[in-house]
Amino acid sequence: MFEDGAIINELLIERLNYFIYVVLLLIGLHAMISKRNLIKKLIGMSIFQTSIILFYVSIAVKDEATIPIYKAEHDRHGAASKAAALELNSSDEAKPLYAPAELQPEETQQYANPLPHVLMLTAIVVGVATFGLALALCLRIQQGYGTVEEDELLVKIERSDARYSQSPLAKAINPRRRPARTSRKPRTASKATRVSQKSASSPKSTGATQTKKSAPKTKTTQPRKKPAPATRKPAASSPKAGNQKPAVKKSSVRKPANKTTSPKKKGAE
Amino acid sequence: MKWISLIPVVAVGALLLFAATDFPEWGDPKSPASQSPVSSHFINNTGVDTEVPNMVTAVLADYRGFDTMFETVVVFIAGIAVLAILKGSGRRRRGPRTTYKVEAEPDLIVTNTVRLVVPVIQLFAFYVLAHGHVSPGGGFQGGVVMGASFILIALAWDLDHALVRMSLPRCMTIAAAGIIIYAGIGFLSMFLGGEFLDYAELERVLPVSREMARYHAMLGVEIGVGFTVTSIMFALYANLSSEGRLKGGL
Amino acid sequence: MENAIAWVLLFPLIGSVACALLGMANRKLCYPISIISMAGATWAAVETLFQAVACPSAEVSYIFGGWVLDLFPRGVGIEFRADLLGALIALVVVGVGLIVSMYAKLPVEKETPGKEALYYPLFLLQITGLAGIALTGDAFNLYVLIEVAALTGYGMIAIGSNRAAAATFNYLILGTIGASLYLLGVGYLYIKTGTLNMVGIQEVIAANNLHDSPAMQVAFVLIGLGILIKMAFFPFHAWLPNAYSNAPTTTSCLLAPLVTKVMIYVMIRMVLTVFGVKFSFESTLWSEFMPWLVVIAIVCAAVMALAQREIKKMLAYLIVAEVGYMVGGVWIYNFYGLIGSIFHIISDACMTLCLFLATGIILRACKTTHFDGLRGLFSKMPLTMIGFFVGGFSIIGLPPTCGFFSKWYLITGGMVAERWEYMVVLMFSTMVMVVLFFRLIERIYLAVSESGQNLGKGHGDLGLTKEQTKLRKHPCRCLSLY
Repeated sequence: MFEDGAIINELLIERLNYFIYVVLLLIGLHAMISKRNLIKKLIGMSIFQTSIILFYVSIAVKDEATIPIYKAEHDRHGAASKAAALELNSSDEAKPLYAPAELQPEETQQYANPLPHVLMLTAIVVGVATFGLALALCLRIQQGYGTVEEDELLVKIERSDARYSQSPLAKAINPRRRPARTSRKPRTASKATRVSQKSASSPKSTGATQTKKSAPKTKTTQPRKKPAPATRKPAASSPKAGNQKPAVKKSSVRKPANKTTSPKKKGAE
Repeated sequence: MKWISLIPVVAVGALLLFAATDFPEWGDPKSPASQSPVSSHFINNTGVDTEVPNMVTAVLADYRGFDTMFETVVVFIAGIAVLAILKGSGRRRRGPRTTYKVEAEPDLIVTNTVRLVVPVIQLFAFYVLAHGHVSPGGGFQGGVVMGASFILIALAWDLDHALVRMSLPRCMTIAAAGIIIYAGIGFLSMFLGGEFLDYAELERVLPVSREMARYHAMLGVEIGVGFTVTSIMFALYANLSSEGRLKGGL
Repeated sequence: MENAIAWVLLFPLIGSVACALLGMANRKLCYPISIISMAGATWAAVETLFQAVACPSAEVSYIFGGWVLDLFPRGVGIEFRADLLGALIALVVVGVGLIVSMYAKLPVEKETPGKEALYYPLFLLQITGLAGIALTGDAFNLYVLIEVAALTGYGMIAIGSNRAAAATFNYLILGTIGASLYLLGVGYLYIKTGTLNMVGIQEVIAANNLHDSPAMQVAFVLIGLGILIKMAFFPFHAWLPNAYSNAPTTTSCLLAPLVTKVMIYVMIRMVLTVFGVKFSFESTLWSEFMPWLVVIAIVCAAVMALAQREIKKMLAYLIVAEVGYMVGGVWIYNFYGLIGSIFHIISDACMTLCLFLATGIILRACKTTHFDGLRGLFSKMPLTMIGFFVGGFSIIGLPPTCGFFSKWYLITGGMVAERWEYMVVLMFSTMVMVVLFFRLIERIYLAVSESGQNLGKGHGDLGLTKEQTKLRKHPCRCLSLY
């Protein structure tokens, strides 16, 4: 099985580096696809990129070659050749000794190929940048949804998507001042100003805003349970309408759409 | 569910191993990559063209300097994007976070050791940057070491101590200055008549030969790279560890 | 000016650094700086196109670092080659960037207040990355520029809401897989040819007759897979609808017309220049089965677009369908198909831009992009709606809009190549798009005032929309004339 020319010999012995990198790549790819925790996906991504770096660097290897930095005898810019040049003190043979010269092909063999190393310096830096960005995204997701497990995240996202994609007509069946703020984007522009906006400049009674904080804990359970459509809205809205504070209904349904505190509170409940 | 995801993974693996049989052996000096005119030029002529002994730095900063500029830009983008994603999102109505109010006092041994060691680290970072021409090193490596020294300060005391020394606006300014240095050297070469990043044209303003102009300009761009990498490494740490709030943190 | 091709990238680069620095001091400076740098880049792109046309070999070659081809081997320096195709795509990129940057002032202020000094640098660097992809002649430089475009894209999308951040994470994972597969493919090419320059790779493949080697075939598959993931071709499209519909308005106006089309350009470039026509179409099996995958892609995307009740998601699925058209146009291995595909890149960029700009204005005015919120909008915002209709007609393919001509070429290509499945699916999807757009047109134009009170806000905001339509009138007129 290990004799020359057999496939195992070719893969595992002569081309061991390629086999190793393929194994690492598959580990990384499997982690990225199948793990359900976002941080584990990122670890898989890092392994995946590292395997590609390993592949390139292994291309650069030559048998019995050293690193791609000129050795002293080839480096005509260095101190050794300058000293030798000074020895031949002001004769014309000094000059050619000190001038850099092209290497001969047999000397080229002694150095590893520098190009893949250069390419991989770039790739490593790009990988680090991507990883940093991905971690920032994980942080933002954690702040926004309270979890970095993909299955919990999907549930929360589906709920908020269902709410967001409700037709504005359906929302308007509830005779509250809804239509001005059905879009997500202006709301989430800046969290701090949004919260302060609501408390300061909201046209609703300010009394509503105090109950806003406590009300969502109980009220958000209801809008969360409904999937989407307009038909269930009137049924659901009546217990809420019975629960006073029209403005609170609006805000309590709006807030969970990109809720940050209630997932945590709900998790605590 | 996880078994289903093994199918594409195994398929990709089979594909790659199928191709691996066609590759040259590991370390074969006759492989196309090693024999190609491009690599041979790099190994043979780096001394002639640039008088820099480290071929990797010469290729990185001179022959393929345009790629390195975009690599620096990528680091800059990472810093800006992390700031953009995390800025202003740390203020959540979660109630008071008590975790970062209760902090341990900075430990005496750690702080005093760091106090002694950080200047040495920074000096070493300068050495790695400047000596990149003749030994493994260069702008990225030196920049990371320097950024790590600031992170060490943040770890030993707390983030505020490090932010006093390297606040985020200063980080962004230094990062932008790094790219300005890199692109500036390129523009100078362009205005002196060559292509963008053709350092040899700098011989018209510097009193050196064309090759030595490349040598010195390489050091210049490496300094630019070092600035950007240092500041962005620290900015990434500051933002990620404190979730954008820049208070508390690890 | 012989450096024009470098200035196409350098103007936005300087602009972004200036925005980052000066924007920290004064946020209002970012907008004028971005307009100036985009105007400069457009001028440079026009100049490059003229140079490419005037040049005898119909391409402009520029090697960064001064490593000219007569003194040094090809591949020692990084080359930018602008042939007619590349110069045209670069012009489209910076042109779209210019229009979106003119539009960008109000949405950026409203949706990401306080972050202008962070948004505009990302915006300008995205243009730099995309224009560089269109112009570069070096395979590894292409990877770096793809990553520049990708990272800025992630930043620009995630700067919005938390939902956008969740969508961006998925985009990041898939995008990194795509770019890394591309990098791996380039590594395979390098290991067999020894050079990274695109023309150099083709020369070595031809000289050593590497057409049948397994490594080359696998390199082709890897590069192809990577690019297909990045352009959101059907099974890998999962990132696109969420990312583009949850992104801030300006971001989706910039990314939707450009990113996927530039990736199609990369595929054309790989197929034509790096691997060569003979290898790509005859030595591999792709031209046999790709049109069938395209059929599945277009059908699924069109059906999913029908199911949407919200404009942005619908447009996102339409983008996936359009990508299917263009990929099919390339792989039916036909002159007309290729012409149609290239023309469709340009026209699709324009019509997607038109539609997304109109959607942005609708969002600003009505605070919703749901279908039910659009009733009777024509009477309130006639100019915007005319623009939207023109874009819709262009997607359907009615003459005299540009979409008609590109579909004409694609269908002709399908007929000449006797790829009946491709033709049938083009007709089918045209019908689906007719349904989609006429459904919308009916709501917008006809149903008036029954839900007038819901859109009371829109009435008052008419002043606002007028200002934005002023900026948008020009692209609308141009596009309809085009």
